[in-house]
Amino acid sequence: MATEVLMPALSPTMEEGTLAKWLVKEGDTVAAGDIIAEIETDKATMEFEAVDEGVIGKILVAAGTEGVKVNTPIAVLLADGESADSAATPEAAPAADAAAKAAPEGGSAKAATPPPAAPKADTSPDWPAGTAMKTQTVREALRDAMAEEMRTTDEVFVMGEEVAEYQGAYKITQGLLDEFGSRRVIDTPITEHGFAGIGVGAAFGGLRPIVEFMTFNFAMQAIDHIINSAAKTLYMSGGQMGCPIVFRGPNGAAARVGAQHSHCYAAWYSQIPGLKVVMPYSAADAKGLLKQAIRDPNPVIFLENEILYGRSFDVPVLDDFTIPFGKAKIWREGTDVTIVSFGIGMTYALDAAERLAKDGISAEVIDLRTIRPMDTDAILASVMKTNRLVTVEEGFPQSSVGNYITSVVMENAFDYLDAPVINLCGKDVPMPYAANLEKLALVTTDDVVAAVRKVTYR
Amino acid sequence: MAVKKPAAKSNVSAEELLGYYRDMLLIRRFEEKAGQLYGMGLIGGFCHLYIGQEAVVVGLEAAAKEGDKRITSYRDHGHMLACGMDPKGVMAELTGREGGYSKGKGGSMHMFSKEKHFYGGHGIVGAQVPLGAGLAFSDKYKGNDNVTFAYFGDGAANQGQVYETYNMAMLWDLPVIFVIENNKYAMGTSVQRATKSPSLWERGAAYGIKGEEVDGMDVLAVKAASEKAVAHCRAGKGPYILEVMTYRYRGHSMSDPAKYRTRDEVQKMRSERDAIEHVRELLLTGKHATEEDLKTIDKDIKAIVNEAAEFSKESPEPALEELWTDIYA
Repeated sequence: MATEVLMPALSPTMEEGTLAKWLVKEGDTVAAGDIIAEIETDKATMEFEAVDEGVIGKILVAAGTEGVKVNTPIAVLLADGESADSAATPEAAPAADAAAKAAPEGGSAKAATPPPAAPKADTSPDWPAGTAMKTQTVREALRDAMAEEMRTTDEVFVMGEEVAEYQGAYKITQGLLDEFGSRRVIDTPITEHGFAGIGVGAAFGGLRPIVEFMTFNFAMQAIDHIINSAAKTLYMSGGQMGCPIVFRGPNGAAARVGAQHSHCYAAWYSQIPGLKVVMPYSAADAKGLLKQAIRDPNPVIFLENEILYGRSFDVPVLDDFTIPFGKAKIWREGTDVTIVSFGIGMTYALDAAERLAKDGISAEVIDLRTIRPMDTDAILASVMKTNRLVTVEEGFPQSSVGNYITSVVMENAFDYLDAPVINLCGKDVPMPYAANLEKLALVTTDDVVAAVRKVTYR
Repeated sequence: MAVKKPAAKSNVSAEELLGYYRDMLLIRRFEEKAGQLYGMGLIGGFCHLYIGQEAVVVGLEAAAKEGDKRITSYRDHGHMLACGMDPKGVMAELTGREGGYSKGKGGSMHMFSKEKHFYGGHGIVGAQVPLGAGLAFSDKYKGNDNVTFAYFGDGAANQGQVYETYNMAMLWDLPVIFVIENNKYAMGTSVQRATKSPSLWERGAAYGIKGEEVDGMDVLAVKAASEKAVAHCRAGKGPYILEVMTYRYRGHSMSDPAKYRTRDEVQKMRSERDAIEHVRELLLTGKHATEEDLKTIDKDIKAIVNEAAEFSKESPEPALEELWTDIYA
């Protein structure tokens, strides 16, 4: 059967081109792969190959013709024994139809945020009332979370720099090597890009890796695997491939370690669909959220803080408990202003609320705990009550987590606001080393108090 | 025709040889059809064809067993067909349709099959190398004897993560075969313009990894090398490197005018070293098949490819709801 040779699309954006030159003439026999014409696009001259064998029956578009639309028949290819005359008028090109169908349909985007009805925040307790509590540091709580999950699930293992024999650069993995051995507690060379990739591959292969970064600053070397390999593969595979992995380690400023060791990545990772982003403040949350992260079938970014590692909190004495993702914790109820924070920012938020209470200003303090998924219901319900909002974080101000919270509040609770929202962030500078400058670069309790006074006009 | 003699020690049956011919021909005809559909606008974006390199995957797969894993770059159609994935599902993914392996959400560069242990299809050059070592890590951790084939090109061989991976793969004795498909050009940059290393596989020596160069236009040579590498990995001796010398006939992607090499160079490879012609010659001179037999195979393959193309056109585009699915498990 005669087939039409169509003007090809030779690049993702080509719509038309110039048929510069024919390298065959009518009557020539061609095989698949033979170059039959040269076609000029806006970028280059390309060689055009035959995809079938046959005889060139007719050349329909002469050499030198400009503006030949993609899919225009340019020649007729005859099978053995056919004559050019017997070749029937070819059927319409199917691609035009396909192209029409491919046109995007407008207005189908799903709303990113819930409708502006007053949402109901989930304020259920994280553990049963009356549960016995013990005092534990964040460091111990994190270690216990990993050890408990490793005891129940063989697929869980820890890898990273100095996690095994050194017992962890910040002693978070202390004792794990002794209990679980070198098969499951694995020291890596200093090679973040490589071991993050191996971790993701191991997760594709059915394991549940916990990859420790000595700090999240070093994860910059590995960010391609975190985002392109871990976060996107489920979607790109149409749901076939999961990546149950936890990337954890200290994040944000410690003390006097300079610009390259003090970056808070909460906003960066929270931008990525496919990732879950957790940033605990208390020891109980650190434990319950890390256990949840290890069980989650998705890649989880677990952002810890070096300064918080040594702080003690009450932790429930339970054989097993987890904290669900996407559920904020209201640390302090209030009526005059909502302060939303997470991680170490909670320290300043809670201190400020305490001081403000003495001056008769009642602040409601919300700890997001997970940045993605974010409990926007809790924020909106609170703002609809207090009508004022201050967000507190250590990261840089442009495109911050606070900026996103503000947009959600603007879209869903605009009429409830009695003052512009303030986003308190770290200053818009690389972290300085000098003690006085570093202090100036970070958020302080004073900053939070001042912001609350501004939004409450008091 | 100047074909190389078959590898000395390849004791291959007529049936196996016919199988390789069929598998390689399927890849070539499939890719030609994909090129055609791209020209018609049915396939969009980037589309990297495997034409010329068919003997590499077919030869390597000849030594694989059930449970072995494979992972590769964005030039992945051949790998998928060689490990037994359905041509219809692959082609429908190329056209971005519901019937594609990723429901149309991945495209040419991003396809997977858990069933066939094909782990992609990766668009970031070199990323599949540590991912492949991670797959091998998972098998070693579980204590089975599966191996992983981690394919990458001569271009990716200059990525730092490849050497981070070599180091850890050897340190931990991971059962991974690093297959460098050296097709001489990283997009438009020839190997000689990218490195002064005389060979790519020898870089493994810095980490203590054994390896060798293989004639990638001779499927039997590739098969023999694959058997050796697989045996090494299965025996728990750690990774192995195969630098398979091959050639891609088409451009880097569909939109490559290929001005970095001459038409004569391509034509010479096609006429003197073509891997499919080589097997065809072996089949005919060895009297394992007649011209008629091979014609029948050609016809069968053409039918399979046409069926895949039809399916890829008829399969509907994904439902609009699919925009919002598969983001989280």
